[in-house]
Amino acid sequence: MRRINIGYYIREGFHGAGSHGFMTFASIGIMASCLVIMGSFVLLAINLERNLDALMAENEFLAYVDETYSDEEGQALEAQINAIDNVAQCRYISREEAKENFVGELDNDSLYADLPASVLRGRFSIQVKDISQLADTIAQTREIEGIADVSAALDVANGFITLRNVTVIIALIMVVVLVVVSFFIISNAIKLATSGREGEIAIMKMVGATNAFVRWPFVVEGILLGVGSAVLATLVQWGIYELLAKAVNVYSHVKLVYIIPFQEMLRTLVITFGGIGLTVGILGSLITINKFLKV
Amino acid sequence: MIQFTNVRKVYDSNLTEALHGVSFVIEDGEFVFLVGPSGSGKSTIMKLITAEERITSGGIIVGEYDLGSLPKRKVPYLRRKLGIVFQDFRLIDNRTVRGNLEFAMRVVDATNQQIVQRIPKVLDLVGLSAKEDCYPSELSGGEQQRVAIARALVNNPETIIADEPTGNLDPERSYEIMCILEKINQLGTTVLVVTHERDLVNCFNKRVISIDSGLITSDMENGLYDYETY
Repeated sequence: MRRINIGYYIREGFHGAGSHGFMTFASIGIMASCLVIMGSFVLLAINLERNLDALMAENEFLAYVDETYSDEEGQALEAQINAIDNVAQCRYISREEAKENFVGELDNDSLYADLPASVLRGRFSIQVKDISQLADTIAQTREIEGIADVSAALDVANGFITLRNVTVIIALIMVVVLVVVSFFIISNAIKLATSGREGEIAIMKMVGATNAFVRWPFVVEGILLGVGSAVLATLVQWGIYELLAKAVNVYSHVKLVYIIPFQEMLRTLVITFGGIGLTVGILGSLITINKFLKV
Repeated sequence: MIQFTNVRKVYDSNLTEALHGVSFVIEDGEFVFLVGPSGSGKSTIMKLITAEERITSGGIIVGEYDLGSLPKRKVPYLRRKLGIVFQDFRLIDNRTVRGNLEFAMRVVDATNQQIVQRIPKVLDLVGLSAKEDCYPSELSGGEQQRVAIARALVNNPETIIADEPTGNLDPERSYEIMCILEKINQLGTTVLVVTHERDLVNCFNKRVISIDSGLITSDMENGLYDYETY
């Protein structure tokens, strides 16, 4: 490409986008809408994943120490438990603390006030790193001499894993479907924007324009549409996300749901939107324009 | 030079044989009318010269290009040697007169300096210097055709090919257009005009090639468009 033509192609690209005002507006609107729909699913999936991770991170099980062990002997097992790979954190709960917790859970019922702490076992509250390996970790804990029993809500843990996997799969399917749908919608929009210019292209070809010369201004126009859509989609997505985050935070008094700050995901989102916008814009214009180059 | 040697053209779409072995030579600097009734093969000849269509057999040479073996990628360079004028002008509506000419020059990688120097000269030649900033919709039919001629001329082609250039114009404007084409020819450019306008052809006393049913029926220097035949 000769240097003198680069400026011309860019100018023509802008001229094309400007002179087809409504089609440009429609193309950017459609493309931005698809990006926002797609982005919404991705952001939802990321938030769910993060919340599930947080929930799973809080998942813990109890390992009961043999009743013949004193508190000191029981606490000495902590090093062995921590040596298990998947153990994130381990805390010893003495018989006395266990009794207080037990009475506390019963609303400090006076009936149990005189319950001797010795009837309860010392125990470890153990948090795991990877919930999917919970069963293995429990088995390894059981093998430690001095651990009499283990209590874990394996069903709940497995439920978390299933929920996360299903969410990720649905999000991935939605992203793939919407990328394909977006491509066709955008490609159609660009077709509409260029179809009125068949005459112009035919004239270019008849005065001796090479295919590259005809193509470049349309590619520039495609890039403009793609970038414009990505910028618009990012702004709209930001606005919607902030509104929803505010609403969730207002109504969720106990903070059951954690909303990731938008800024934390902004860079990834801009790169994703920009990449998709540019790819679809360039491919859309190239595929469309090739139809008109056979004069 | 444009040289047709025993050219046959059969359209693939309907197997119609549009040309049955057409031969003629147009030398550099000539002014030639190509005449004939509708469906005689005039448009096919135009399309073959501009490489819009390919020959079925025979040979065509346009300047340095042998169109029988011309690769597709060379077609734009062939067209840069030709200036083409259409009956329906084919101007770009959202560009000014100057914009339409500049557009044609950009296609051939002209520099800004070349554009600035060339456009006023060409507009002066077709008598449209004062209309440089007008849009096609602001011009009369005759003026629009003059812009089309200016666009064909702006890249200094070896040959101007005009396909029914006066078909949409009244007799006065038609005569004007033909005078401009004659003036261009006098400056050294080969001109080939395809037309139906008998009176116009007979006014100019130029070479006339007549074609009917895909065959050349006459080729006369200082010829006439035969009233009896058509």
